[in-house]
Amino acid sequence: MIPAAFKYSKAGSVREAVAQLREAGPEAKVIAGGQSLIPLLRLRLSQPTHLVDVNGVRELDYVHPEGDVLRVGALTRHSTLARSELVQRHLPLLAEMAAQVGDPQIRARGTLGGVFAHADAAGDYPTLAVMLDATIVTDRRRVAARDFFQHLFTTVLAEDELVCEVVFPMAPGPHRYLKFRRRLYDWAIVGAAVQKLDSGWRVGLTHVGPTAVRAAAVEARLLAGATFQEAAGAAAEELDPPSDVRASADYRRHLARVLTRRALEQAA
Amino acid sequence: MAVTQLIGARVQRREDPRLITGHGRFIEDHTLPGLTHLAVVRSPHPHARILGIDSAAARALPGVLAVFTAADFHKVLSGSMPVTPSFAPEKKYVPERFPIAEREVCFQGEPVAVVVAQDRYLAADAADLVQVTYEPLPAVVDPEVAMSPGSPLVHSDGPDNIGWDMTYAGGDIEAAFGRAEVVVKERILQQRLAPTAMEPRGVMASYSPYDEQLTLWLSSQNPHFIRLFVSGAMGIPESRVRVVSPDVGGGFGSKISPYPEDYLVPAASKLLQRPVRWIETRTESVMTTIHGRGQVFTAEAAALRDGTLLGLRLTQVLDLGAYHGTFGAFQACACLMSGGVYRWEAISARTVGVLTNKVPTDPYRGAGRPEGTHLCERMVDRVADELGMDPAELRRKNFAREFPFQNNFGLTYDSGNYDGTLDRALELSDYQGWRRRQASAREEGRLIGVGLSTWVEICGLGPSAPTAAATGGIALVEAAQIRFLPSGSVAAYVGTHAHGQGHDTTFSQLVAETLGVPLEAVDLRHGDTAEGPSFGYGTYGSRSLAVGGMALYTASQEILAKARKLAAHLLEAAPDDLEFTEGAFTVRGNPQAKKTIQEVALASYGGSLPQGMEQGLEAVSHFDPPNFVWPFGAHVCVVEVDRETGAVEILSYTGVDDCGNVINPMIVEGQVQGGIAQSIAQALFEEVVYDGESGQLLTGTMLDYLVPTMNELPTPKLDRTVTPSPTNALGVKGIGEAGTIAASAAVINAVCDALRPLGIHHVDMPASPDRLWRLMQEAGR
Repeated sequence: MIPAAFKYSKAGSVREAVAQLREAGPEAKVIAGGQSLIPLLRLRLSQPTHLVDVNGVRELDYVHPEGDVLRVGALTRHSTLARSELVQRHLPLLAEMAAQVGDPQIRARGTLGGVFAHADAAGDYPTLAVMLDATIVTDRRRVAARDFFQHLFTTVLAEDELVCEVVFPMAPGPHRYLKFRRRLYDWAIVGAAVQKLDSGWRVGLTHVGPTAVRAAAVEARLLAGATFQEAAGAAAEELDPPSDVRASADYRRHLARVLTRRALEQAA
Repeated sequence: MAVTQLIGARVQRREDPRLITGHGRFIEDHTLPGLTHLAVVRSPHPHARILGIDSAAARALPGVLAVFTAADFHKVLSGSMPVTPSFAPEKKYVPERFPIAEREVCFQGEPVAVVVAQDRYLAADAADLVQVTYEPLPAVVDPEVAMSPGSPLVHSDGPDNIGWDMTYAGGDIEAAFGRAEVVVKERILQQRLAPTAMEPRGVMASYSPYDEQLTLWLSSQNPHFIRLFVSGAMGIPESRVRVVSPDVGGGFGSKISPYPEDYLVPAASKLLQRPVRWIETRTESVMTTIHGRGQVFTAEAAALRDGTLLGLRLTQVLDLGAYHGTFGAFQACACLMSGGVYRWEAISARTVGVLTNKVPTDPYRGAGRPEGTHLCERMVDRVADELGMDPAELRRKNFAREFPFQNNFGLTYDSGNYDGTLDRALELSDYQGWRRRQASAREEGRLIGVGLSTWVEICGLGPSAPTAAATGGIALVEAAQIRFLPSGSVAAYVGTHAHGQGHDTTFSQLVAETLGVPLEAVDLRHGDTAEGPSFGYGTYGSRSLAVGGMALYTASQEILAKARKLAAHLLEAAPDDLEFTEGAFTVRGNPQAKKTIQEVALASYGGSLPQGMEQGLEAVSHFDPPNFVWPFGAHVCVVEVDRETGAVEILSYTGVDDCGNVINPMIVEGQVQGGIAQSIAQALFEEVVYDGESGQLLTGTMLDYLVPTMNELPTPKLDRTVTPSPTNALGVKGIGEAGTIAASAAVINAVCDALRPLGIHHVDMPASPDRLWRLMQEAGR
């Protein structure tokens, strides 16, 4: 529980952060809330040579509604998202997810951008981003969420690239996010998110594979008029969930179906 | 100052203002000038030969003072770490254990080298640079595999992996089974648990070469035993070793036995001639602090059709780990207590201690008694299930009712009223109401279950004859010393050790009440071998009040006896003519003739004492209890199992316990609540998992080892009955482990009751959702 030595610098702007990352080289890491990075450092599972602290990059802490999208700055904390009236009005599912992240201390520190950059399979926001076709904006480009996540803990981000913003479509309609977990503060063993749009239901799944999954087969069945029960039966199609001490892959597939149905029932 | 009744009062814990405002002083809060920091290099393998250790890179790191291996430690340490007879006196194989591995490592986490550096970060960095070359050897982590012929050997030079194999015979088991009209069999697992004290272990040592004095600060439940063990291993006279166990953030049994670091840190201090401190990380704690439970039971119960219990035959396979825990065989008391609160014609219990390539097991809150209770209460429920009887009715039919009650193994339960706690628990839990709700829920396809646990425990270790045999020499009695200082303040020293139990409050209440002084006048001290009685026996096994409290009580009585003589002298009356009430001696019939005990205390340091009386007012007393004490109770748990996900929700939890007379009801309730929480944790959440193939620990962080939080735990409804113990003058028993002993059986019986309509009769712990889902899937096929 003792981290290895690293250098540390503070950035006050996106430009500074990127410059510091570039100078520090390929083994540098960005630290924002430290929600996942601090445990990894303490366990020495991650041994970066340099940490660039972006907590001072105030320009990335915002929630901006703009036309039919909601732009959220990467440094926005979970607790801010959970409480934000703008988020509750335009994308209440994001507020619902934010309120279920970790415990109050973690929600006060952890950031939206950190979740995207870290790309944990159990992260909640990536599910929302993938199912709603959100866009991730970095210091140099815009990437569709479905293209952003490549594998477990792996994104398209370059070593010196910083997540700056996530652009979500507004979606004020019926929605629900269900996390199945052993303890209130745990990550989801499996999570299921549903959002009603004018064009039909969007369905996403958390922690059923290396990256967040959009359950297109469920969406298609719903569009074709299937009942929630029938549609949710397709939730585990093409999933390759992990087996670990918490749950077997079979059990995760089963949970994907059950949670999808329950989320649809509770949202409608 | 007049004193009102303190015994039985809800006095607020006097230690709390300090502890909850962050002013506790734990090991890491202690420092010394010139302090150095130690990190341990540990084996990543469950079993391997050490081919070589290259510490050059570590030594070259600036700020690193030394890297020590077994060869260095042999210069200052000798002997093997202690193993007591406990309940398995005839051991077949006890592997030697030096605190650090030399040629072979036998569990993941076993120390191989230590690094001492100027700060903790450097020590950790340098530990990473120590290159150890291993040749992996075949490992075995499953005790049932380890005990079978052809298993890999846990120690490559061992004869086999059998630590002990013995049978306790209690009555004619063949005759009992011969009369049986119904026999049920079950295989019951007790998963390994990690005790998870809030404060991990820690040791700071300062060896002074000039006067050959060693001072150890250490997070321990029994500092005097550590002094005995460490002084022996280091060849330093016991009188020159001081062990201080200051505020300790929880133990749960995991801080009883000596650990390798308890020897390595002082030895490193002697080798370096610098003070050295080691603080266990949480990762080290899960991997290398002892585990609890780790047992597999196979059991058969025989009964008559009317529900009369006849016989119980069982085998306990106890996963010892790579070495015997110092008190590891204590856990065999599961066998001796497997009959619970019932009358059986006969019980036959075989216990097999099996070595595996894992960290040793040792007593963990309850230590054998939760396992015995869980086994008994599961088997009794299985009999009721088989006969279609209400489990409460079957229990009542078989309760022991005449006390003292001698169980099948000759242990004598001092007092009990099992009907009383059961009746109250059924009433408080609305048992009949839940049975009705259960029936209607079942019609809707919902799975509600009601589970009972009627439990008894052996605690208050203990009488000198059996406990001296169990430790191999030292009786687990208790010592206390009480001193009146001239000003009338009272210093009370006791050989037990508080690490969450609230002794500062309970014991002060007891001393203040007995001596008739204000609570504030009593200063309760423990945990430092430099003060108080010559030996203290520590806190474990719910012994502190029934043995340590009694030692304080008997010391108080000695003081009162002397004070009475002195007061009589001062009042010019006969000692027998004095009354002692509210802290003052008065002459019977003449209330004006009065001396408070504090006035007597001052006079005791003066010049006008009766002839032959020495100055001072103090006493040292040892209490050797005539028997153990036997708390008991009845718990009722109601659960609902989610038929789709297997998730268990506790709908209601009720505990009615009887620990005899109560000094502080608030502290008793806190102990029961905490115990229930820890036992629900076993029933539903916690499990140490090793990979069967690689022998690697899979639950090495708090992310994977699921300690539940307040969010996952119910607020239990609690009540008490009071059946005083005849074993001691205070009429007290113990309560520290009660909840842990009671609850797992109540929860699992409830889960099994919920799943009964599906044809499921037994569920192992933890009853996790994936496990229950799998069982329901299999039952549905």
